[in-house]
Amino acid sequence: MDIIRAIEAEQLRSDIPNFGPGDTVKVHVKVKEGNRERIQVFEGIVLKRQNGGLRETFTVRKIAYGVGVERTFPVHSPMIDKIEVVRRGKVRRAKLYYLRKRVGKAATKVKEIMD
Amino acid sequence: MKKAILGRKLGMTQIFDENGRVIPVTVIKAGPCFVVQKKTVDTDGYNSIQVGFEEIREKLVNKPMKGHFEKANLKPLRFVKEFRLEDVSAYEVGSEIKADVFAAGDKVDVTGTSKGKGFQGVIKRWNANRGPMSHGSKYHRAVGSMGASSDPSRTFKGKKMPGHMGARKSTMLNLQVVKVDAERNLILVKGAVPGPKKGLVIIRDSVKA
Repeated sequence: MDIIRAIEAEQLRSDIPNFGPGDTVKVHVKVKEGNRERIQVFEGIVLKRQNGGLRETFTVRKIAYGVGVERTFPVHSPMIDKIEVVRRGKVRRAKLYYLRKRVGKAATKVKEIMD
Repeated sequence: MKKAILGRKLGMTQIFDENGRVIPVTVIKAGPCFVVQKKTVDTDGYNSIQVGFEEIREKLVNKPMKGHFEKANLKPLRFVKEFRLEDVSAYEVGSEIKADVFAAGDKVDVTGTSKGKGFQGVIKRWNANRGPMSHGSKYHRAVGSMGASSDPSRTFKGKKMPGHMGARKSTMLNLQVVKVDAERNLILVKGAVPGPKKGLVIIRDSVKA
């Protein structure tokens, strides 16, 4: 069991900022096109963080041209260049599935933590 | 068979490959194994090596086995298996087989003893369908037809029926070696491997490759 933990620990990233559901984040994703690599930014609200350890993932939701788009990333994926926290959201639950039912301006509204 | 090694399944995890994709892997502690005996066409009529794995206390082996290990100048080993290799010239009695006989990218077959499931019905054991659970049905999970009536007047041999399931020798073919850690004697194989954690597994070069 310890060997498996060690294998997982080797792959954990320490440069991931602290963020949670309700936060607005910019995820800088490495995109490979042929042998060229560029960076694409996916900005939206974090809906949830799931699982733990190396298997932890987070889902980001944004409204693109009126259509809701959700992307799930492994937190420790090497394909993530960096994660920027743009805004801290004040939320009262861990999974913000209620945002999916919202239409228009309300769909992107989460109260900000002022501190 | 060109090469083979004995190991113990440690469990499953995931690793990221160079493209950032998540690959499910089984971690196997493979070796170090030792050649206990070498058989050749001249002496035994066929080529093979007898390989032992995992050192144990002297008390745990009986006298005939103890003598067998002493002949090879080795400490007593828990598991002894024979591999019929095409070419045994590279191996000497007492030589060590380490995890680095395999490299990342190799295709291997992994043999183990599957997890025991106990006495199971036809639905779990043979993937039969069940009957309706309601609407007055009295046929739920039972075995269906035993066969035709007065002709042949008997149930054919091999009819799929309830019985003991699992705990049998099972081989997963054509698995990819994702990573080899020679220092820690680890082989990471893509996908699942038969048996419980700590179960003995045999890794060999794939028959399909």
